[in-house]
Amino acid sequence: MNKNILLCGVGGQGTVLASKLIAAAAMSLGETVHSAETIGMAQRGGSVTSHVRIGEEAYSPLIPEGSADVILAFEPAEAVRNLMLLKKNGAMIVNRVPVKPVTESLQDTGYDGSEMIAYLQQKCSKLVVVDAEEICKELGSSRYFNVAILGVAVGCGQTGLTAEAVLKEIETKVPEKFRQMNQRAFLLGKQIGDTYAAQ
Amino acid sequence: MGKEYVMGNAAIALGALAAGVNVAAGYPGTPSSEIIETLEKYAIEKLHYGDGDGDNKCFHLEWSVNEKAALEVAAGAAYAGARTLVTMKQVGLNVASDPLMSLAYVGVKGGMVVVVADDPGPISSQTEQDTRIFAYYSRLPVFDPASPEEAYCMIQDAFDYSEKYSTPVLFRPTTRICHAYASITMEEKPKPKEYEGFVKDSGRWVIFPRLALMNHEMIEKRNPVIGVDFSSYSGNTVTGQGKKAIFTSGISYAYVREYTKNREDVKVCRIATPYPFPEDFALKCLQGVEEVLCVEELSPFLESELQRLAGVHHLGVTILGKMTGNGKLAGENTVDGVAALIQEFLGETKQKETAALEDRPKLPVRPPVLCAGCPHRASFYAVKKACAGRRAYFCGDIGCYTLGNAMPLDMVDTCLCMGAGITMAQGLHWTDKEAASFAFVGDSTFFASGLTGVVNAIYNEANMILCVLDNSTTAMTGHQPHPGTGRNMMGHMVEKINIVKVLEGIGVQTIITVNPLDLEKAVQAVQTCMELPGVKAIIFKSPCIAVTKPSGKMQISDKCISCKKCIREIGCPAIIMRDGRVTIDEGLCTGCGLCAGICPVEAIGGDAHE
Repeated sequence: MNKNILLCGVGGQGTVLASKLIAAAAMSLGETVHSAETIGMAQRGGSVTSHVRIGEEAYSPLIPEGSADVILAFEPAEAVRNLMLLKKNGAMIVNRVPVKPVTESLQDTGYDGSEMIAYLQQKCSKLVVVDAEEICKELGSSRYFNVAILGVAVGCGQTGLTAEAVLKEIETKVPEKFRQMNQRAFLLGKQIGDTYAAQ
Repeated sequence: MGKEYVMGNAAIALGALAAGVNVAAGYPGTPSSEIIETLEKYAIEKLHYGDGDGDNKCFHLEWSVNEKAALEVAAGAAYAGARTLVTMKQVGLNVASDPLMSLAYVGVKGGMVVVVADDPGPISSQTEQDTRIFAYYSRLPVFDPASPEEAYCMIQDAFDYSEKYSTPVLFRPTTRICHAYASITMEEKPKPKEYEGFVKDSGRWVIFPRLALMNHEMIEKRNPVIGVDFSSYSGNTVTGQGKKAIFTSGISYAYVREYTKNREDVKVCRIATPYPFPEDFALKCLQGVEEVLCVEELSPFLESELQRLAGVHHLGVTILGKMTGNGKLAGENTVDGVAALIQEFLGETKQKETAALEDRPKLPVRPPVLCAGCPHRASFYAVKKACAGRRAYFCGDIGCYTLGNAMPLDMVDTCLCMGAGITMAQGLHWTDKEAASFAFVGDSTFFASGLTGVVNAIYNEANMILCVLDNSTTAMTGHQPHPGTGRNMMGHMVEKINIVKVLEGIGVQTIITVNPLDLEKAVQAVQTCMELPGVKAIIFKSPCIAVTKPSGKMQISDKCISCKKCIREIGCPAIIMRDGRVTIDEGLCTGCGLCAGICPVEAIGGDAHE
């Protein structure tokens, strides 16, 4: 299997845990994996990406333009920012809820993510728009969205991973205190993904 | 042997353990910090090194107070024959350069590897300096890994070469190696190396002009020998054939291979040991070659070496690279940027399959900001309030609090290097004695390089206000302990070094400790200090919220008149405009309560955490 998976969002949204789970699940399925994270200053509210490359054909830890099979975008503008990495006919899974930078609140340019979603609808043939607040309502905190969106991607069949493999990694990688919530988040996301896959 | 999926920095640490490292010391700095942290996790917590291994097999791990201290600690141990590892980021090497330059002359007995992580971009740094140039300058061999897997093996080779030539060696990964993840096959039961112990020999260990002269000549004769040795080093590789060759190193090699894959019609020469340059290897690569493209980051190091080689050997070869406009002068390479360079070089075109982006909507910019609830925001705001209407200079420093420069706080007028804020505030004071000169420094930076600046201020009678933003951790680099936190990397609880007592000892007369989240008292403290002559200090003490994770939440009531004063004054990322209303993002809010004190109509209330 050769798969390039990009996760993008804003520092603090939890892309790192999601990418670690993908890498671990792929390895448990016998795949070779390389990945790369944004670590440092950008983690304080800047744009962050995690690149996961599954398979023998990856030399660079970063995904070249036009090579991502699927993008998990935790924020609408970040989806657009990284769109050039997406393969033609690749799948974009995007959260509709924007993260407004302080600079936007100061000038109030009216950024609310809707323009980004409209643009993605034009550009992406495989687009799944999810709402983090809606999904996470019953979990009580939006902090589980990272694992929920992973569930969506797995449910859609875009990652090459099985739900069992990911759930097993949640079992071993997530501290006990948060384990059950993360399992629930994953399954909630997977349900949404399943319905898209069925369409 | 076990297989593990690890970060490049962890691969470096595990490689050092496999090499039997005895002493490891460093100072945190992105992208190098996880090396020492991995050693703590494996060597101390998992393998229980340091619980008494008996004589001459010691293991010691530390966050040193700064990079100079780390290098000197390691040098002492290396004189005794122990294997030592020193870690830092590239600007840290500037701090450690004093001992390193001399140590290059003296040499070592036990293998010593100085890991210096370069940061092309720069992604989290002040400069784009190139440690390969520092290797040339200090006359020290340097290794340049191209992947985490390779770094694990290469650092073990680096220890061997260090001992073979009795010299410290540099090892320079870049950010994309440090923060890449890969599977490594690792030694599961490494053991610290046995060593002889220190043997007194003042003719060898005491540097004097005579020794310096003698060793300088020895080094200049030795380095070409190392260059020959490196020519057969397994990391220097060549693939393919033809009249065109690409010379590359580090992560750029991975980008080159992403384009060339395994094709045979172009030579790809990878240099793993840039200094001393493996001339014989390079000359062999250049046989039959008419044109060379150098693909590298930061300085045109390979390009200069090849130009020199071509000149000395009268080779009719064209060398392209940064100096000829065939490469970026600054910033990091990307896999696509490198592909474009190679396409041009080989006269190829490749259709890219990306969506057209000309019509994409304007994207919001996301400069890094202080976290919601960060006590630094409150400290800066208190100083800003107290200084309203007065001329004041705000000298910043390196750490999370550099982010106090962002609008709307706009409280960092200068930032240069670690500790510089304290001394620069003095310089500004001497040019304008009427203004108030402030220096902001974090607790870790205070210990690293702030102290001498305070002594300087007292001795030279400067008027300044030192603001220590004490959040009880080294926050920006990932929350490492330091001398003020009471825990060290051997897992020991130790006496906390008290910043107030230190300042008292130096002779600072006015020292006020205040919780910055208590806005009124914090403003008062600043006002008090502004009325007094000499050196004054305010310790703004409140822990980093990323560590303590307070669970308070503020709410905005119907009393809100949407004046947006809270947004305009403090710029907290948890306060946003939503459907025309000022709203608190409960996912981000920590309940610091700073905004409640600013609201003119008392519309913000809730569950503050203190």
